[in-house]
Amino acid sequence: MSQYTNYIGKPTNRVDGPAKVTGAAKYAAEFNVPNLAYGVVVSSPIAKGRIVKVYSKPVLKIAGVLAVFSHENVPNLAWFDRNYKDDVAPGGSPFRPLHEDKIMFNQQPIALVVAETFEVARYAASILEIEYEEEDHETDIELKRAEGFMPGRGKSGWMPPPPPRGKPDKEWKKAAHRIEHEYIHGTQHHNPMELFATTTEYHPDGTITAYDKTQGVYNCQQYISKIFGLSKSEARVVTQYMGGGFGSGLRPQYSLFMSVMAALELKRSVRVSLTRQQMFSFGHRPYTLQYMKLGTNPDGTLAALQHHALHETSRFEEYTENVVNWSGMLYQCDNVKLGYQLAEIDVFTPQDMRAPGAATGSIALEIAMDEMAFEAGLDPVDFRIRNYAETDQNMSKPFSSKRLRDCYHQGASKFGWDRRNPRPRSMREGNMLVGWGMAGGVWDASQKKAAAKASLSGDGKLLVTSATGDIGTGTYTIMTQIAAEYLGLPIEAVTFKLGDTDMPEAPVEGGSWTAASVGTAVKNVCEELGKKLLKQAQKMKGSPLKKATFDEVEFVNGQIRLRLDPNQAVVIRDVLQASGKDKLEAETSATPNLLKQSTHSMHSHNAVFVEVKVDEDLGTIHVTRVVNAVAAGRILNTKTARSQVLGSVVWGISMALMEETVMDHKFGRYMNHNLSEYHIPVNADIHDIQVVFVEEEDEIVNPLGVKGIGEVGLLGVAAAVSNAVFHATGKRVRSLPIYLDKLL
Amino acid sequence: MLLQLDGMSFQSTSFLVPMSYPSTTKRGVMGAPAAPPPASTVTLKINGVETRLQLAPWTSLLDALREYADLTGTKKGCDHGQCGACTVLVNGKRINSCLTLAVMQEGNEITTIEGLGTQEKLHPLQQAFIDHDAFQCGYCTPGQICSAVGLINEGKAHSEDEIRELMSGNLCRCGAYVGILNAVKEVVDGTKVKS
Repeated sequence: MSQYTNYIGKPTNRVDGPAKVTGAAKYAAEFNVPNLAYGVVVSSPIAKGRIVKVYSKPVLKIAGVLAVFSHENVPNLAWFDRNYKDDVAPGGSPFRPLHEDKIMFNQQPIALVVAETFEVARYAASILEIEYEEEDHETDIELKRAEGFMPGRGKSGWMPPPPPRGKPDKEWKKAAHRIEHEYIHGTQHHNPMELFATTTEYHPDGTITAYDKTQGVYNCQQYISKIFGLSKSEARVVTQYMGGGFGSGLRPQYSLFMSVMAALELKRSVRVSLTRQQMFSFGHRPYTLQYMKLGTNPDGTLAALQHHALHETSRFEEYTENVVNWSGMLYQCDNVKLGYQLAEIDVFTPQDMRAPGAATGSIALEIAMDEMAFEAGLDPVDFRIRNYAETDQNMSKPFSSKRLRDCYHQGASKFGWDRRNPRPRSMREGNMLVGWGMAGGVWDASQKKAAAKASLSGDGKLLVTSATGDIGTGTYTIMTQIAAEYLGLPIEAVTFKLGDTDMPEAPVEGGSWTAASVGTAVKNVCEELGKKLLKQAQKMKGSPLKKATFDEVEFVNGQIRLRLDPNQAVVIRDVLQASGKDKLEAETSATPNLLKQSTHSMHSHNAVFVEVKVDEDLGTIHVTRVVNAVAAGRILNTKTARSQVLGSVVWGISMALMEETVMDHKFGRYMNHNLSEYHIPVNADIHDIQVVFVEEEDEIVNPLGVKGIGEVGLLGVAAAVSNAVFHATGKRVRSLPIYLDKLL
Repeated sequence: MLLQLDGMSFQSTSFLVPMSYPSTTKRGVMGAPAAPPPASTVTLKINGVETRLQLAPWTSLLDALREYADLTGTKKGCDHGQCGACTVLVNGKRINSCLTLAVMQEGNEITTIEGLGTQEKLHPLQQAFIDHDAFQCGYCTPGQICSAVGLINEGKAHSEDEIRELMSGNLCRCGAYVGILNAVKEVVDGTKVKS
């Protein structure tokens, strides 16, 4: 008998697709509530110093201007650091908007002008006179190489590098082949297409609803509650759709603070949208210097591995990410030394950006592995397989599952890697030098506590809610699939809603943990509801399920039926009607099974194969072909998961060839803070990309066996491009992005 | 929500960025600020409907659509003509609505994403975008779709390379370009554009 309600794993169209392609999907700045005022943020033009005076009087005389907020007149707010600390804040003192006259970074938000219309607010903000006293700033991490320090307490999820093992110095010196190099990439900004914005609706009873752009509505709710002294019932935060996040919306951004503050002060609804320029004023992937030493034994195994990283942080917070730890676990090596340091400069605190740490670390590790293979005269795939790690040596634990070897094999086969001539500059097409390179990576498979609620109504429609997010990742769709499958309902009968603090709590959407965390909660709540349904079904007259236990029945094709005798069934809709209730509800949460998980190292892996064509005369680089093989546990929706990996490849190409925020150190200001000079790929830059999902079963990570797919696909892509460029041209580029001048 | 404002003069809203900074400095425009320009009735034909809006002459078409006409399907991604998220069709031609003032579009046929199809009756491009998963977050999508309609109207897109090149004014940070290409190609092929 066919089970048409088995949706998990199927390439299902996005359930929110129709809303998105018709413009019906509402993003934060699109809730046009009545009596709305507009706030425009004024940003500091200096990197360090203090505000002497804000000359707001002339601006306040402009017709339509309602208020100018700055540190001079901002209301008394919470006093302690902890009130400003959000759930995912790093160590240190969080930035407090409009708190004092001190300027700590360029583009610091220093005033908010509120007016009746957006145009008047923008005009008034543009002519607001502010007097500054400037101090000397430091924004060049290159000058702070000697001032690195080990961070104290990082943000949650940060692991200090493990202590050295073996004799990494001695064995490196003795190695048959050795390399030693530095790798660099510049600052990068997330730049989701949607600008950060918050529409705060002020209700007559003094409560507010903040339609915000965030990856965590609960995180934002607790943030504004603590700062403005609101109870949870007084401050609702909603994010139904988010125009891209990539980590930029993990922490509450200042549009939220500004909009809520102005709404409470003016007792009126206020919208604050940032400009694209201001999208470069909070959080970025830090400029990072990395140093690698690798050595091999005569048999091509790794003799020693050393990896050290230094990246920037702000003066007020210690931003941390796991850059080097991966190098101690991706390959088998008994002599390992890892180091990690921060240095303070006058910028805003860096922020998690897609695969934070690993995307950075994999650049150095995977280019170095390519160099090492070349030095040792080995094929890069063969070299990696020779050094395959069967256990996690950092943790001394087995992997819950690891099919990286299959990623290498299946990716290489799909790409046609066996036709590669290993000699650099050996392949060409006319004037184009052709290069093939590969790399790979590893990312965490995590699960966090999450809750969900399910409600089945008399017409057979199921509503499931959880305050998670869908930043384009496909959460709406995969949760709908899970719920439909576990309750055996047609997918059209199931609605999943998210992004509202009136719903059960879910963690911020990040770390690739949403599928595992919220997915398990949805599964659990559907099973809870299923149990209630079975109970009702057993009360029905002549019920064929009377003696059945929950384990003996299945929910399929709109029915509850006996697993061993599927003809013994009741229709779910009939159950509800017979029960006399208009709906059945369940609410529950899912917590990670730490007992099971703690004995294993849980990770997803990938291997990427890249073809580049480099114009021999001009040095222009085109990535013409990519195969990305990913082992990330069970794939819930091959369509949306494939899109995640395709997007990751585009990000990797961007990291390798285009993306960099350039600082003008004289002014301590980012120079290319717009989308015409901050380069990201356009359609013409992207060619053939193939995604391979390697089948991987894992009963330890979580009950669904999913590992998450939003970040792992990015790993190794940039390194593989650089390795392909080396193969094409014979030039090794260790400083990303690879602009064409680096090849000439 | 709309406000009638007095005064006639208009001053540029561009930020002044001085070349060098003395240690103490004032930023902004000195002297008494000019009053904002007044609003007047502007009639725009949007998706076939004559829409009367109270707009000042400095309001962009993009802001007129989003903030005054409650047509928020057209997106703001940069406000500088750099990203394409605000693409709409004016007399069948694709333009960046952030780079034109609303008052300049009186008498023209403006088509936004809301005018192409509804969730119940999708335009073939809207359906193709869903089928090919040609978006993730969906924020650039209305602009991509309007741009693709304009592209087909131009009759220039025949090969994959041409579609890629001529769709390159619309950025997608999620990196859904493979899907966008396939979706547009399917509709271009379906409409039998002559090569």
